[in-house]
Amino acid sequence: MSKPLTAWIEGIGFLAPGMPDWPTARAILRGETPLTAAPSVLPAPSILPPAERRRASRVVKLTLAIGLEAAAHAGADVATLATVFSASGADGHNCHALCEQLATDDRQISPTRFHNSVHNAAAGYWGIATGAMAPCQVICAYDASFGAGLIDALGQVVLDRQPTLLIAYDSEYPEPLFAKRPVPDVAGVALLLTPERSERSLASISVTPAITAAEPLADAVLESLRLSIPALRALPLLQKLARGEAGKVCLDYLPPMQLQVDIGLC
Amino acid sequence: MTPLLLSAYTATTCLGRGLDAMREALRNGRSGLVPCAFETVQLDTWMGEVAAVDAEKLPESLATYDCRNNRLTQMGLETDGFAERVREAIARYGKTRVGVFLGTSTAGILQTELAYRRRDPETSALPDDFHYRTTHNSFSLAEFTRDYFGLEGMAMAISTACSSSAKVFAAAARQLELGTIDAAIVGGVDTLCLTTLYGFASLQLTSTQPCRPYDAARNGISIGEGAAFALLERCAQPAAGSILLLGTGESSDAYHMSSPHPEGLGAKMAMEAALRSAGLTAGDIDYINLHGTSTPANDAAEGKAVVALFGNSVPCSSTKGATGHTLGAAGAVEAIICALTLTDGFMPGSPGTENVDPAIPVDYLLKTRDGKVSHALTNSFGFGGSNCSLILGVAK
Repeated sequence: MSKPLTAWIEGIGFLAPGMPDWPTARAILRGETPLTAAPSVLPAPSILPPAERRRASRVVKLTLAIGLEAAAHAGADVATLATVFSASGADGHNCHALCEQLATDDRQISPTRFHNSVHNAAAGYWGIATGAMAPCQVICAYDASFGAGLIDALGQVVLDRQPTLLIAYDSEYPEPLFAKRPVPDVAGVALLLTPERSERSLASISVTPAITAAEPLADAVLESLRLSIPALRALPLLQKLARGEAGKVCLDYLPPMQLQVDIGLC
Repeated sequence: MTPLLLSAYTATTCLGRGLDAMREALRNGRSGLVPCAFETVQLDTWMGEVAAVDAEKLPESLATYDCRNNRLTQMGLETDGFAERVREAIARYGKTRVGVFLGTSTAGILQTELAYRRRDPETSALPDDFHYRTTHNSFSLAEFTRDYFGLEGMAMAISTACSSSAKVFAAAARQLELGTIDAAIVGGVDTLCLTTLYGFASLQLTSTQPCRPYDAARNGISIGEGAAFALLERCAQPAAGSILLLGTGESSDAYHMSSPHPEGLGAKMAMEAALRSAGLTAGDIDYINLHGTSTPANDAAEGKAVVALFGNSVPCSSTKGATGHTLGAAGAVEAIICALTLTDGFMPGSPGTENVDPAIPVDYLLKTRDGKVSHALTNSFGFGGSNCSLILGVAK
């Protein structure tokens, strides 16, 4: 009786260490260019007014960069899109600053720091920047956050029959939290998912539960990114998409549950 | 949407542990708010603290989850026979077919706040006994619940500040509708911590008195804590009198991080979406449990949205004068309060509120009123402009 979690991908946004956007990542995943280890580069979010642009945190810059890239790739109007944000943590630097101050005698924390501490801060700024009043979901499932976001986004696409932008992303904590949660850098992937095939469709995906292990990526640097940044658990799927390969791929989700993605080409 | 059965539910707040304590308090207009004396906090404000949370002992095998938030999670699960009903559902459907969808705003961040006081003076390292994943991380309560029941299927935490545990009902409903799961543990847990107490104080959003939702003189919130859960299942023929989730509606303000849209536009869109989802009109709603935080801006904006859709014809109240604002748990707590109004035939009043703001022309209940409720709507709105409305009803 279960309806398949199926959608069409119309746009991809991507940002990771050494891979500033989807075209660069695509060439690397196709094996056309080597991956050079380098910190993630966050573009200034041109959609924000100059004052806000300067103040924007790393997670806000990251989510705007990948979300807007995916929407532009699809030619979609961001103001109309439902969104699903999924992240294994919130703004780590902001969290550290709050915890550090709350451990002192002066606990008068900054109100801006406080409202930026919520897990949905990046989603809130996305709404303010794009004017999107559609439903906005914000999920956390620790290392399984990409899979959890994908499941909910596909559910919305299938049931509500509307394009939905999945934005899965992560950022680093500074020390001392870094030692407890060593996410090395910011990275994320955005997928614009639609219920119907169109001339812009890149591929179809259909997700089912599985118990098979995810296949490691051949490139050791990519594999290390896949394992150290939860959003990049999506890399095996993205590699197939980059290479234009149809077929099945298994993604790490929530042990023992894995996600099998069947990719159909357009 | 196809209606879903709440086959079990429970709530624990400062009003007490479980449904009977909540019933008694709401019927009698009792508030659980007390002057803030939490941990080392020195703020002139009131709070809604759950009694004996820290006396709760987690099973040894789950010891790394130990923190105030997971203690309250366990306490909530083991109330009103809820855990037993979950185990029965797992026996019926299997451990991969029962999903976990829990809302929280701050999860166990108190554990990190306390650990920062114990950093190594030389290296600033956090203590070895501090476990980020199982306490601080927003997923910790969902992962704890999944492990507590030995589940092996899907799980997620939703963290959209104060709408979190309303939105879990919508997310779980989608998966039940799709048939990817057969039952869902939905709910929310948030516990007192320094981040929210000092944070809301920094925004000048906490009151120095017990909060007074919708009062002309309202001047801020009273922070509370709570754990509320429901077990959701598909049900072709629910028994008469059982409680159903009929509709869910979500929207975004796209306006400001910590202030609501002044005209309540996002709030109105969420309520409209919930009505559409339930296949109902405004005239079908018998009671509205308002978000009603008691800040000047929230209640004014929400009031405008309610007036625009319902006029002054639907009795409504905020129950935060009784429970405090349980933040990420508020959506689930108030969904359960709606379930009580449906089963018990009363509409709760608003302890603390004395003079309803004449600028908000709604039928606001100062005192608890008896009356049959067939359809109840509950609102939850959060920072970042995240809005969610739910509609619950009784099976005929």
